Amino acid sequence: MTIASPTSPSSGSGTASVAAPTSPLSSWTRKHLLGLEDLSAAEIMAILETAQSFAEISTRSRKKVPALQGRIVFNLFFENSTRTRTSFSLAAKRLSADTQDFSTSASSLSKGETFIDTAKNIEAMGADVMVVRHPTPGAPHLLAQHVKASVINAGDGAHEHPTQGLLDLMTIRKAKGRIEGLTVGLLGDIVHSRVARSNIWGLTKLGAHIILCGPPTLVPRSMERLGCEVANRLDDILPRCDVVNVLRIQFERQQVGLFPSVGEYSHFYMMTEERIRLARPDLLLLAPGPINRGVELTPEVADGRHSAILDQVTNGLAVRMAVLYLLSGKMEARTTQTN
Amino acid sequence: MGKLALPTIQIAGGRIIDPSRDSDEIGDLWISRGHILPTGASYEEAEIVIDARGLIVCPGLIDVHVHLREPGNEEDETIATGAAAALAGGVTSVACMPNTIPPIDSQAAAEFVVLQGQRARQANVYPVGAVSKGRKGEELASLGQLVAGGAVAFTDDGAPVASAALMRRALEYSKMFDRVIMQHCQVPELTVGGVMNEGFESMRLGLAGMPDAAEDIMVARDIRLAEITRGRLHIQHISTARSVELVREGKRRGVKVTAEACPHHFTLTDERLRTFDSNYKMNPPLRTWSDVEAVIGGLKDGTIEILATDHAPHAPEKKMRELDLAPFGVIGLETLVPIVATYLVDPGHLSWPEAIRKLTINPAQLLGIPKGTLKPGADADVTLIDPTARWTIDPSRFRSRSRNCPFAGWEVRGRAHTVIVCGEVRYTLGGIVQQAGALVAS
Repeated sequence: MTIASPTSPSSGSGTASVAAPTSPLSSWTRKHLLGLEDLSAAEIMAILETAQSFAEISTRSRKKVPALQGRIVFNLFFENSTRTRTSFSLAAKRLSADTQDFSTSASSLSKGETFIDTAKNIEAMGADVMVVRHPTPGAPHLLAQHVKASVINAGDGAHEHPTQGLLDLMTIRKAKGRIEGLTVGLLGDIVHSRVARSNIWGLTKLGAHIILCGPPTLVPRSMERLGCEVANRLDDILPRCDVVNVLRIQFERQQVGLFPSVGEYSHFYMMTEERIRLARPDLLLLAPGPINRGVELTPEVADGRHSAILDQVTNGLAVRMAVLYLLSGKMEARTTQTN
Repeated sequence: MGKLALPTIQIAGGRIIDPSRDSDEIGDLWISRGHILPTGASYEEAEIVIDARGLIVCPGLIDVHVHLREPGNEEDETIATGAAAALAGGVTSVACMPNTIPPIDSQAAAEFVVLQGQRARQANVYPVGAVSKGRKGEELASLGQLVAGGAVAFTDDGAPVASAALMRRALEYSKMFDRVIMQHCQVPELTVGGVMNEGFESMRLGLAGMPDAAEDIMVARDIRLAEITRGRLHIQHISTARSVELVREGKRRGVKVTAEACPHHFTLTDERLRTFDSNYKMNPPLRTWSDVEAVIGGLKDGTIEILATDHAPHAPEKKMRELDLAPFGVIGLETLVPIVATYLVDPGHLSWPEAIRKLTINPAQLLGIPKGTLKPGADADVTLIDPTARWTIDPSRFRSRSRNCPFAGWEVRGRAHTVIVCGEVRYTLGGIVQQAGALVAS
């Protein structure tokens, strides 16, 4: 794959005429981004390289480029989200697209219009891109079969959250200079986590070794078949990790008895200063957020020198710009507008 | 049409397979006034002659497990459309499940199903009554009155009878009518929220799983309950390797247990869900290849003596949804013969007589209905199968009101050709039924 950097700024930051990314995209073939499982390592790298260029744009005083001018990006969120939706909106705006949010709960939708009907209505309003979050795995895939717009999966149930996976990859790569050969621990509720799955696919394809760590009810042994190591005791594996990605615990899991109490969970898995001392001095700590301070990690650790939590947010914006930009090359030409 | 008005039919030159008499021979089958005539005798000229050369002639097929959705969900199917779909699939008798709205848990409700079946005048329709009042799993329905209303068996299908105590009572009490209890075997608390088989595929897709053990545990429990009560237990839509083994072992001990397998459970696996297509969402779910092999093994050695469809129509607007919200179930009546032919007979798992036995006399005996045989004097329910017809499954051409077929686009072999119910030709692909006068008769 030979995707050049999308930016070719002739001068430094602050210039009035920011060039639109102009790289040839002949080798980017996908119209949708539904998951990292589908992507090749080369495609993932192309997104990361593109994101790197956009990250540079974000440091300029004028942050907007005209790549998606005239395009409409719809955020269809059938599940609560503030960060991801805001990040996608901002990414689209920086590419000069128009954005519109459509948020509802899947449960209220189920009483009336179907998901597909809703999406078709939105398409009729001229959406070029639909960024979809939905509690059901496969909902973006269903949508992609029924609309002409490009579909970006912004999280489908416990299945995938590809842009989160990509921003985690980008953050690791920036901090460590590579992915290949690293040992990455994913910690917490793996079985119910879309972030975990996108991390697993992305990291595996780029050559990292993954250790999934948590209680057996949240990290079943069968996950070894995904090519990962499975461990139950954090203290045993922490010394081997270059990176630990701390996944959020959903309290409803405790209510259905998947672990006895939040206190017991924290006892075994909370990242504390004490535990950090077991780790390598250059341990990189990620958390997709929103974080529960005092449950998954202590405030000192969350704000400490190992933490890259805020870098993740910044990189998320660049990754989403890159995805929107790359997919825009495959969007259908709009035939309804003639002038 | 009164019986006197029914025609004399000669089905000429077909391969007549009648497992009820262990017969398999080329010959003519004669029908007069709704009944099968003795073979070997000579008769006057028939009013209708069917050239059956190259076709299989067998007792009308019986499907012990269909959902016709009436009353309550007529947008999915009606008794008339479902019974018409049955005929197009070569099925002359269906036993329809009681999970309607309201459920078939009273004599009046059973009689309504019988009446609608008679009005439709397609396949014969036999109601299966609920085991419990309202299918709530709490107290026994009026089983005796259901029998009086025409019920041929009992089940809470869709909702397993979760209470071991209630299941035990049902197995005991139903003995006085010699009617079977059909059980959807699944421990409900192990499958809450599940949409597919629990395993590697569900884990990879992030979909909530239903473990095979949920089925196995209830199969084991119910076989023991059938053993201590000496009641009749039928395991519906068996789907796991362990369940097949449990039934095999139960039979060896002399327990009155039977089992059915559905086409989707011996052809498809949970890997299909990678497409997130709700036409692969059914309950029990598609399992793994080792389960598929075990189901086929059970069919081969007779552990599973019945083939049934679990025809479960759902209108497209209900089925074409996100996987969590789409209902369970697929239609099957119009694909039964080709899937059995292509995936059981062609690979040599079952011979045609063995497959037909599981579609005729075995289900007739399960339900205790006077069907499934071509012996002289029997009701003239006859299915002609073209075993060589090659075709592509196209649900848009189905007679069923629904389209939720997991086999769309499949290239298959074998098809129902002509179907006779109670001495009347009620379905034919066309071309071979000729009135007397312009005959092929020899």
